[in-house]
Amino acid sequence: MQMNIVSALNNALDLAMTENEKMVLLGEDIGTDGGVFRVTDGLLSKYGESRVIDTPLAESSIVGTAIGMAIGGLFPVPELQFAGFMYLSFSQIVNHVARYRARTRSAITLPMIIRTPVSGGVRTLEHHSESPEVEYAHIGGLIVVEPSNPYDAKGLMLAAAHGKDPVIFLEPTKLYRLFKQDIPENAYEVPIGKANVIKQGDDLTIITYGTMVEVVKNVVEKRKLSAEVVDLRTINPIDEKTIIESAKKTGRVMIVHEAPLSFGVGAEISARIAEKAIFELDAPIIRVAAPSLPYPLPGDEKFYVPNELKVSKAIDKLLSE
Amino acid sequence: MIKKIFDATINYMQIMDENGNIDQQLFPKNLSDEQIIEMYKYMSLARAVDAKNLSLQRQGRAVTYAPLLGEEATQVGSAYAMRENDLFVPAFRQHALYMVKGLPLYKLFLVLKGYEDGFDAVDKPSKLNVLPEIVPVATQLPHAAGLAYAKKYSKDGSAVITYVGDGGTSEGDFYEAINFAGVFKLPLIIIIENNGWAISIPRKKQTAAGTLAQKAIAAGIPSIQVDGNDVIGVYKAVSDAVMNSKNGPTVIECITYRMGIHTTADDPTKYRPDADVEAWKPKDPILRLRKYLEAKGLWNQSKEQQMADQNSKLIDAAVDKAEAFVVNPKSMFENIYSYMPDVLKEEEDEAEASGFWQEGSVE
Repeated sequence: MQMNIVSALNNALDLAMTENEKMVLLGEDIGTDGGVFRVTDGLLSKYGESRVIDTPLAESSIVGTAIGMAIGGLFPVPELQFAGFMYLSFSQIVNHVARYRARTRSAITLPMIIRTPVSGGVRTLEHHSESPEVEYAHIGGLIVVEPSNPYDAKGLMLAAAHGKDPVIFLEPTKLYRLFKQDIPENAYEVPIGKANVIKQGDDLTIITYGTMVEVVKNVVEKRKLSAEVVDLRTINPIDEKTIIESAKKTGRVMIVHEAPLSFGVGAEISARIAEKAIFELDAPIIRVAAPSLPYPLPGDEKFYVPNELKVSKAIDKLLSE
Repeated sequence: MIKKIFDATINYMQIMDENGNIDQQLFPKNLSDEQIIEMYKYMSLARAVDAKNLSLQRQGRAVTYAPLLGEEATQVGSAYAMRENDLFVPAFRQHALYMVKGLPLYKLFLVLKGYEDGFDAVDKPSKLNVLPEIVPVATQLPHAAGLAYAKKYSKDGSAVITYVGDGGTSEGDFYEAINFAGVFKLPLIIIIENNGWAISIPRKKQTAAGTLAQKAIAAGIPSIQVDGNDVIGVYKAVSDAVMNSKNGPTVIECITYRMGIHTTADDPTKYRPDADVEAWKPKDPILRLRKYLEAKGLWNQSKEQQMADQNSKLIDAAVDKAEAFVVNPKSMFENIYSYMPDVLKEEEDEAEASGFWQEGSVE
């Protein structure tokens, strides 16, 4: 079936809701409107308004009520319309979603999937382009995934739907309709916590995820590099094994992400490689990321989001050391 | 042209006054003498547990604690009016609920000593039907609304009751939760336990609204103000709300008073005149209920002494059991995800192997 990320996610949610009558979707404009990106299109008419809930415009209680629904035996899938607005629910996520299992010693668990579009490059309003993965990964207790293609989007969504943990499901806006893939019509899972080596190579390792996967792939293809490209897919818990193995194999590592440089996923990966494989490196690790400042208005975003040129120049540096 | 398009009234209800006199017209007919005595016992136990834990905290045997002294009628009266399958979502001061719902006392002391392991008995709706306490103010209210949604979805006819203080009604989550409950007509009862103080901020500085109950009007849901030190009045208000819960939510503002400190980390002499506290002492919820019971010949000094002795024994045994608890730091790691990720396992193993979980100092 030819699908883009939007239709793959729609299909995954449809399958999950058919499998599990306890699954409910909630969020702003997700019912009649099908979501501002149409990820939930058609699900209201199929499953009814008790399972596809158009909520009042109030982000904290979208997550807060989802917590109660999960305690009450439902499997809620809250949608936060944009990652920048999701901060209004940050208190509920940090203080409760991440902690409930621990604070009740697993007596109460909160299976849920918190969905939100992330990252920029689509010339939209302020607060519609953030890449907040680290903010959720840092807390502990939250699984954070970010697919970069339709196959992974559907497979990760179904893995999350079959799991028992709260999952922060980050959907790169720019990739929603960028390309289609032929993906299976039936249910399948992409394992959570497992990175995908999307291309084998010997000369360098490029670790990336989300919007930057396409950018990295293009550079590697155009320059015909023998690069190992790792798509993390899951940010937390991080697949350290795959990262360390590849670092040891090539001896040269670059990490590419759209989120700001400082205290980012690149810093985390660099530290882990430094702890476990530093003597097997031939060159210092290089991070390519957005500058350490808040996402600008769209007029400046092409100077902010890492592009093929920025990645390519960093590769030159990595290979020259 | 201008015309009145909306009008609203907030009622205040009191059934039992400070001297234990009853408004017979309002007295709930389904409430037996035995039940009233049982409520009195729960209120007395809650006060005794409260005093014990304060003492333990002062000795360094319990963590920072928010006492319920003076608020027993609001907590016990509301809890007692709920049915077996109804669900409780407390804030951080409602310790009496755990007693009414039957949480083993030692589990409560375990929590008050700072161990999550006490909450492992506060299980899913099928068991005790009471959730763990929630500390960030008002953040429990959306949980309660979501639970009420799940209850409505399951069509089992049960309801949810939740609690928030007077200060908590200034929080966004309060407004979001009552709004959500109103939109979906959820079986939810929101108790505003108005004890007059949010740490150092008196009720009149919290909001310009004349009552807290009137905040429900904006969410389109019914509300009432009740004397929160009148256990019969609280019971009646909540019973009525339970009866109506199939039609939607109710907000009940209980006017009570924080006789003690906000928490053990607080010194109210800095902001609250003693005269303020003295003025509330005659309105004590336990005192007035005892007057009522004694006047009816249902209670006397010897019964009081017998109950106090029983409570002491119960509490001492629970404290002993809680203090015998041996913590296992591995529980921190093993209750984060439904499975153990490799990277977390490595941290756990490293911590265990390093020996820093043992007592000791750097040589």
